[in-house]
Amino acid sequence: MKCLAYLPTHDGQATKAGLEAVSYAKKCGADVVALAIGALNADGGVGSAGASKVLHVAQDLQDEAQIARAVSEAARAEGASLVVAPHNHVGRAVAPRVAVRLGAGMVPGVTGLLEGSTVKRNVFSGKAMAHVSVDSEVKVITTTPNAFGVEGGGAEAAVESFAPEVGEASLKVTGFKASSSDGSVPLPEAVRVVSAGRGLKGPEHWGIVEELATTLEATTACSRPVSDMGWRPHHEHVGQTGITIRPDLYIAAGISGAIQHLAGVNQSKVIVAINTDPEAPFFKAADYGIVGDAFEVLPKLTEAIKNLS
Amino acid sequence: MKILVCISKAPDTTSRIAFTEGDTQFDSNGVQFIVNPYDEWYALVRALELKEAQGGSVTTITVGEADCDPVIRKALAIGADDAVRIDANPTDALQVASLIASHASEGRYDLVLCGKETIDHNGSVVGGMLAELMNASFVSLATSLEVEGGVVKATREAAGGLESVEASLPAVVSAAKGMAEQRIPNMRGIMAARTKPLNVVPAGDALQAASVAKFELPPAKGDCKMISADQPEELVRLLREEAKVL
Repeated sequence: MKCLAYLPTHDGQATKAGLEAVSYAKKCGADVVALAIGALNADGGVGSAGASKVLHVAQDLQDEAQIARAVSEAARAEGASLVVAPHNHVGRAVAPRVAVRLGAGMVPGVTGLLEGSTVKRNVFSGKAMAHVSVDSEVKVITTTPNAFGVEGGGAEAAVESFAPEVGEASLKVTGFKASSSDGSVPLPEAVRVVSAGRGLKGPEHWGIVEELATTLEATTACSRPVSDMGWRPHHEHVGQTGITIRPDLYIAAGISGAIQHLAGVNQSKVIVAINTDPEAPFFKAADYGIVGDAFEVLPKLTEAIKNLS
Repeated sequence: MKILVCISKAPDTTSRIAFTEGDTQFDSNGVQFIVNPYDEWYALVRALELKEAQGGSVTTITVGEADCDPVIRKALAIGADDAVRIDANPTDALQVASLIASHASEGRYDLVLCGKETIDHNGSVVGGMLAELMNASFVSLATSLEVEGGVVKATREAAGGLESVEASLPAVVSAAKGMAEQRIPNMRGIMAARTKPLNVVPAGDALQAASVAKFELPPAKGDCKMISADQPEELVRLLREEAKVL
C-alpha cells in the first residue's frame, strides 16, 4: 500500500502533528511519501518518522484549496491508495477537499490503525467509538493529534521537487496573533495540561496554575465559565464548545467536571482532579483525585515535582 | 446577501449513549435531540447578524428524515427565513456534502455557514467537502466573520494563535466559538416558525463512500484513586511510577 502524507511544516521542519501522521501511515504498513510545502530544511525530519521520499513544493501556499490540489495531484502521481493528514486546523481544511477530488471516502480524527478497509475513531465527544468502513479504493484519513506518537530511527528521506498545478488562490492570510507569548505548546498538541476553573475565585490567582504548568512543561487551560467571565482568554477553554484535547496528563483544579467540560478532556490518558467538594463529578472521571483547596494543593504539588529532579 | 446555514440535529450533551441492532445504530430511545450547538450558537446567529446589518436572507438546510423537523423549527424560531430538508438518512459526510451541494450550487447562495463539527460524529468534514464541490473558498474554524464589499474577512484558529484571512465569495465558513453569542428564541419567533416554509425535497444522486460498521462503548473507567491533600508527593510518585506520565 502506498500512502501520501500531507506534512505541515514550521520553519522548514515537519510539525509534530505532521510526523504523527507519517508515523501512523508507517504503522499501517504503508510505503509513505510525504508532501511538504514552502521552506524545508533537508528532509524536514520526516525520514526518521518513516517516510521514504519527500515531494517538495517550493512555492509557499496559504489557501488550503491550493494545498488540496497539490496533495491530490501528488497522490495520483504516486498511485497512493491512502492519504493521511493531521486532524488539526490545517488538515481539517485540506483533507475534505482532497477526498472530494479523489472520490475517496474520508475518516476524520482516527484513533486506531487502518485494518483492511475499517478504521476506528471516537464519536459522541469521546463517549463511544465507531468502526468506520470505507468502500472507495482511495481512502483519506486524518489522525487525532497526540494519539499515535512519532516513530524514529528511519533513514533520511530523498527530497524531490514537485510542481503541481495549483490554480489561483481564493484565500489569503493577512495577519497572525499568537495566543501565548511564553512559547508553550498549543493546547491541541500539548502532552501535559494544567487547567483551572471557578474554584480559583479570580484571574489574579492564576499564578499558582501557571507555576505548576511551567514546572511540568505543561500548557494552561480553563473551564468555560472562566473564559466566559473573561478571567482567561477563549483559546484556553477546553470542553464541548471549546477545544478538545488528548494530553497524556490532564490536571484540573477547581473544576467541578460538568459533562460539557468532560466531553473536551475525557480522552486524556491520565486525569487528576483537585476539588474541595468530595462529591464533584470530576472524581468519577478522574484517575487520581485530591479533595482539597487548590490554593494549598497546587503550590505543594509544584514543590513536590521540583523536588523530583 | 443570500446565506445558507447547515443545521444538524444532535443528541443533547447529557444524553446516555447506547446502541441497538448489534451495535450498528445509535439508540435514540429517550434521547432529547437539539440543534447541533456549533450550528445554532455560532453559524446561525452570525448569519442572522449579517442579514440584520446588510439585508438579504437566511435559509437553513438539513440532510435528514422527518425526525429532524423539530430542530429545524427551532432554527426558524431563532430567526431563519425558511428551511430546506433533503429527505435522506446519510451514512457519511461525503453524502451530506454532495446533497447540500446539489441544492446550493449554481450561485444560489453567496455564503454558506456550518458549525465546525457536530457533537455526535465530531467529523469536521462537511464544510470542506462542500467548498470543494461548490468550487467555493473555505474558511475553517472561524472565530469571527465579516463580509465587506464581496470579501469575507475572518479570523480562524491556527497553530498557536489566530490568523486573519480574506477570502472571495462564494465562500463556505465553518464556525467555532467566539463567532457569535447564543440567542434564545422568543414567543413571537416560536409562533412565526410554525408557518415559515420548510421545504422537503427528495434526495437525488449523491456520492457516498463510508459508513459506520459498528459502534463500541469505551471500557468502564476504574475507580479514582484518592490521595490526601497533605501528600502531594504521593500523587507525584503515582504519576511517575504507576501512570508513567512524569
